[in-house]
Amino acid sequence: MIKAEWFYWLVGAVFLAMAAQMAVDRSNPKRLGSAAFWGLLGGCFFYSSWVVEKKAPAEPLGVAVLAMVCLGGFPLTGRGVPRTTTTEQRVATAARLGSKLFVPALTIPLVAVVCASAVKHWHIGGQPVLEEGSETILGLGFGAIVGLLVAMVVVRERRPSVPLHAGRSLLESMGWALLLPQLLAVLGSIFQVAGVGTQVGKITEQLLPDGQKYIAVAVYCVGMALFTIIMGNAFAAFPVMTAAIGWPVLIQQMHGDPPVVLAVGMLAGFCGTLVTPMAANFNLVPAALLELKDQYGPIKAQIPTAGALLVCNIAIISLFAF
Amino acid sequence: MIVLLGVLVVILGFATRRNPLLVVGVAGIATGLLAKLSPQEILAAFGDGFASSRSVTIFVITLPVIGLLERNGLQEQARTLIGRLGKLTTGRFLALYLALRQLTAALGLTSIGGPAQSVRPMVAPMAEGAAERRHGPLPERVRERVRSYSASADTVGLFFGEDCFLAIGSILLITGFVNTTYHTHLEPLQLALWAIPTAVCAFLIHGFRLLRLDRSLDHDLAAPGGRSAAEGSRTAEEAK
Repeated sequence: MIKAEWFYWLVGAVFLAMAAQMAVDRSNPKRLGSAAFWGLLGGCFFYSSWVVEKKAPAEPLGVAVLAMVCLGGFPLTGRGVPRTTTTEQRVATAARLGSKLFVPALTIPLVAVVCASAVKHWHIGGQPVLEEGSETILGLGFGAIVGLLVAMVVVRERRPSVPLHAGRSLLESMGWALLLPQLLAVLGSIFQVAGVGTQVGKITEQLLPDGQKYIAVAVYCVGMALFTIIMGNAFAAFPVMTAAIGWPVLIQQMHGDPPVVLAVGMLAGFCGTLVTPMAANFNLVPAALLELKDQYGPIKAQIPTAGALLVCNIAIISLFAF
Repeated sequence: MIVLLGVLVVILGFATRRNPLLVVGVAGIATGLLAKLSPQEILAAFGDGFASSRSVTIFVITLPVIGLLERNGLQEQARTLIGRLGKLTTGRFLALYLALRQLTAALGLTSIGGPAQSVRPMVAPMAEGAAERRHGPLPERVRERVRSYSASADTVGLFFGEDCFLAIGSILLITGFVNTTYHTHLEPLQLALWAIPTAVCAFLIHGFRLLRLDRSLDHDLAAPGGRSAAEGSRTAEEAK
């Protein structure tokens, strides 16, 4: 059986290799800080395997995560000058290779889909080929490997260091924002342990007038969006707001239909995700990848849609849940 | 009551534009201490949280492929290709991508797009290519706007498509949380069905705004060459 952990090790190894390249890249003014950040991240991908299996204590990993927070937070990381091709060279190779260039890029999702749908059901000796529940993740991994091989054939590139350098430039342009989503998942679990949801619930129960169905729906949806804006993640806001209003008020007190309230409540949170820089992987990372001067460009493009959809979500719960 | 100070830390950090990594790190530590967790327990919470959320970072594995293809002109080829499809304007192309992204995400194919895999190498260059064909070289400000809308089509499509699929993280989180906390029994299918109305609203609203982008580009870039085309489309609109 092919395990998801093996794939995490591969990702860790890629981070470590790129960190080694960064350490010797003299065009990066903060090369040692960058190498330490990405090297630690790579190492954590390996160590995490034992933490997940409960064979190693989680505390050292926590120390490493806080070290990365400091490296990225007091910006000790930087980026080097990418060694790449000129626009003229690119136009020339694009003209020569034509649409064959798309084949490797499209190979990635194709392989991912095949793994998630067909290979999922394959068994060898009674064991599933891919670890159960991780077929999509593994599919993305295989897709990337096959895509890389196809790409090297298509562009006739023999040196594996070339794609690694090219990938590293993209990684450096994203920078510390890459760590934020994982860190927010941590914050969500700490909030849960600390009982933030029950506290918010006590406050809203005091403020909310009795029996005002539509106001309660609006408070739940707007609360989901606001908490998501603060936490950067609807998954972290959902337990807080559902424990506060969704379950006790809308479902128990006012007999709302649970699937409608909860499914649409989560989507109200997604409206918040669209407009917060805390959701780095959806809003800041694209801005960095697209080399935008205004890092809030994607958020500005999404604000009107998010506002209108929040109103739609409030209307959908009000109409269909009661 | 006092644990809510952790939320306050996030809001204050956010409002004063501190580095988000530091804000979240400090808020986590502060909330843990206020809830009377020991320093070891807080470190363990950070470690466990990191270990179980690694899947959000694995898209990095696709960067070498995309980087290699870009070195060899992937973006340039994307522009050339869109240049041949005469009727596809920026807005129509992005609305089409939004529809595709929503439909594939609803089938569980969430890793088919994404800022690194598709927006940077293909979608944004195509959207720009379509605008360039119509208006010639784009000023920096307009280029930024087209790229921002390209990213938004991908994100909106993903968010409001994926929840129609049963085995997606958010649906499993809802059933997992509610079924264990409140001892009830919710089926993923019921939740996925109730994600459909919002998905339809999202497509109509964002799709409409993407189509409107064409008209605002026409308006902003009404240069001598582009003016006649822009006015042509406007009279066609009025004639309806």
